[in-house]
Amino acid sequence: MSETTEAAVAAPVSPGRAKFLRFLVRDAGVLLALVLITLFFSATAPYFATSGNALKIFVQIAINTVLAAGMTFVILTGGIDLSVGSVLALCTVVGATVMINESLSPAVAITLALLACMATGAVCGFLNGWISTRWKIPSFIVTLGMLNMAAGAARVVSDNSTITGLPQSFVDFGNLIIGGFLPSIFLVAVLVIAAGWFVLRFTVFGRMIFAVGTNDEAVRLSGHNPDFYKVAAFTISGLTAGIAAMVYLLRLNIGSPIAGVGYELNAIAAVIIGGTSLSGGKGSIIGTLVGACILQVLSTGLQLLGVGDNFKPIVIGLVIVLAVILDAYRERLLRKIR
Amino acid sequence: MDTILSLEGVGKIFPGAVALSEVSLSIARGETHIILGENGAGKSTLIKLLAGIYQPDSGRIAFNGQPYQPKTPHDAQQSGIRIVHQELNLLPYLSIAENLMLESLPRRAFGIVDRKALNSRAGALLKEVGLDIDPRTRVEALGVAQMQLVEIAKALSYDSKLLVLDEPTATLTPPEIERLFSIIKRLKAKGVTIIYISHRLHEVFEIGDRVTVLRNGGLVATRDLHGLSVPDIVRMMIGRDIADEFGFDARVVPGKVALSVANLKRDASTPEISFAVRHGEILGVAGLVGSGRTEAMRALFGADPKLDGVVEIDGKPVAITAPKDAVRHGLSLLTEDRKGQGLLLDMAVDKNITITDLSKVSRNGLLNRRTEAAAANDLVGQLRVKASSIEQAVRNLSGGNQQKVVLAKWLFRGTSTLILDEPTRGVDIGARREIYQLLWLLAAQQKGIIMVSSDLPELMGMCHRIIVFSKNKIVGEVPRSEFDQERILSLAYQEYVRP
Repeated sequence: MSETTEAAVAAPVSPGRAKFLRFLVRDAGVLLALVLITLFFSATAPYFATSGNALKIFVQIAINTVLAAGMTFVILTGGIDLSVGSVLALCTVVGATVMINESLSPAVAITLALLACMATGAVCGFLNGWISTRWKIPSFIVTLGMLNMAAGAARVVSDNSTITGLPQSFVDFGNLIIGGFLPSIFLVAVLVIAAGWFVLRFTVFGRMIFAVGTNDEAVRLSGHNPDFYKVAAFTISGLTAGIAAMVYLLRLNIGSPIAGVGYELNAIAAVIIGGTSLSGGKGSIIGTLVGACILQVLSTGLQLLGVGDNFKPIVIGLVIVLAVILDAYRERLLRKIR
Repeated sequence: MDTILSLEGVGKIFPGAVALSEVSLSIARGETHIILGENGAGKSTLIKLLAGIYQPDSGRIAFNGQPYQPKTPHDAQQSGIRIVHQELNLLPYLSIAENLMLESLPRRAFGIVDRKALNSRAGALLKEVGLDIDPRTRVEALGVAQMQLVEIAKALSYDSKLLVLDEPTATLTPPEIERLFSIIKRLKAKGVTIIYISHRLHEVFEIGDRVTVLRNGGLVATRDLHGLSVPDIVRMMIGRDIADEFGFDARVVPGKVALSVANLKRDASTPEISFAVRHGEILGVAGLVGSGRTEAMRALFGADPKLDGVVEIDGKPVAITAPKDAVRHGLSLLTEDRKGQGLLLDMAVDKNITITDLSKVSRNGLLNRRTEAAAANDLVGQLRVKASSIEQAVRNLSGGNQQKVVLAKWLFRGTSTLILDEPTRGVDIGARREIYQLLWLLAAQQKGIIMVSSDLPELMGMCHRIIVFSKNKIVGEVPRSEFDQERILSLAYQEYVRP
């Protein structure tokens, strides 16, 4: 097209209204879907609308939410991270090994374990980013390699066994429900999302993440180094995998080399359902939180409805595909508004 | 008049904007009909209606006396209307022959492609457009001009009654344009009706019979080209006179050397080049497409690797290995490929402008949206960027306004020397003139300006001095007092003419 959509030159709506419409289409759409699905199950599934069930859902989405938060950064830059599940497994065994060291006091052991988890994850993530930018290899391939390597490393570190015997204070914190409605591990997940939201929305770094995902060549020619931001995004994804490993330890109290199988796919699904575009540059981390909620509400709701374990994945798979189809329509709508 | 295509009161409305309204015109069988208009005048919409990409909201179109209502591009082709779009739609990894015959590959039994028939038929088509190339060549190996001819050959393969060419010369060099014109004339002699859309006013007189001018989605007039002059047409297109579109400002006098390049060598096979631009000087860079102009600028800017060479800014040598070094030293590059390399298309105007230096609108890494909006609004006002707001996505701006956003982003950063690669390509006359004015303003502020362009009249109108590239070499330098179209062109061809 020589003349970029002549129609759009004269803007159809006023800026203020456009902003509101944009919000409605981009962010509120997913939220509305979550509300509708929740209402549907509340009306149809027994026990769904109980506080006990709500708590259970909050507990169950924590790990995926933390993983998906980091994944959002990677996908926003146009990459993908398939390694987070097995990096999580590696981090659980590293963290658990540190924590059961009896020469340390529980407080010190727990702190060191947290640092060890985050460091291990960050190193894996950094390697993903560095290798894929340094040799210009698609991140799909590099992180597929890392998926295998981290899984192997987890077995080596744990000697192929689960690690139990975490400090009691740690286990207690994992079971804590603050004020009777806020599970501690869900709080962790919300804090991670909040931090990600702040970074993406208010910082120069966040702006660059979006810019790199939109057009990395333009960013480069504007005098920046886009690779830095790509590597940083992968490092963040590794870091959140480390934090998710701590959440895993809090919830299940074991370090396991076979933890996290398939987690990367759930995390990617949450990001995509949340409206972040796989081609990069567009999306929101709040959407990711809502996406993670939708996945879990569906899963729990279907279970309570008595849909068998065989059919559940079919429905969830359909929802993921549907979300991407809707995303295409959403793009079209957004273009008209802007 | 034997009418082949007629439009009666045709209109097309998009949400919130009228793209075409009440357009009536008739195309005579066998004529070459020129359609002119600035960006946003409605040319693209008109073509898309003919191509079956859009459907009109009002009015009637008749083709060969029958109502013409294509629902898809396929319908349009079936009726005998063939459109060569500005963006070429060839498949790079297939052969020319396969591209030409893709929609009806000759087959033998069991659906096996009959290669012999394929290549001989394709060869005949290529001959018709004067392209002397083996039809088995893969399209990726062709130059843009050759691809354009392949597209035209493809259009001919369907026995088209009406051929629509959308800005076919945008990327062609003068001899290629000549060749294209002789083909158009030959097709015309064979009775093919042609609708020809262009930005270049001078060339349409050579091939056109009649001209239709559109403005703001409406029809201005249809006239015989014979007896019209370029100023007449410009007046029709923009509704007023343009005396001197370039506005050469004699008060701007070049000062000290701003940027000099010595012995720049891109790779082992290219020759060394040296040139310099002064503060307050507009230096023109002429040459054919592919003569190494763009490549030299990119190497200088650090966008592509270079083998050797010294770059000096204000007399001091600087090391430039990546664009960030160039930017740090006050250089700016406006790339030839505006959409692919210059802009964050899906991001808003303000974010595109501030990307060059976010430290100016942030503190401790935290963005200050208010400062950012103020800075962006300031530049948008200065450059008269037409956008609904600074939050509009750049994708939805016209070419000229997109180019202004690219300029704004460099002005935001603050720059001492600007390198502009085809700054007015795809930009309509109105915006083009504003860009020229801005460049004079920048030159008056003692910035160095390097302007690469394929539009020779533009370079001759704007520049203090022109250097000419031919086959990666700088073959000459012409001062303004000696500007002469023929001299510059012959320099541009110098290295390509074999003894």
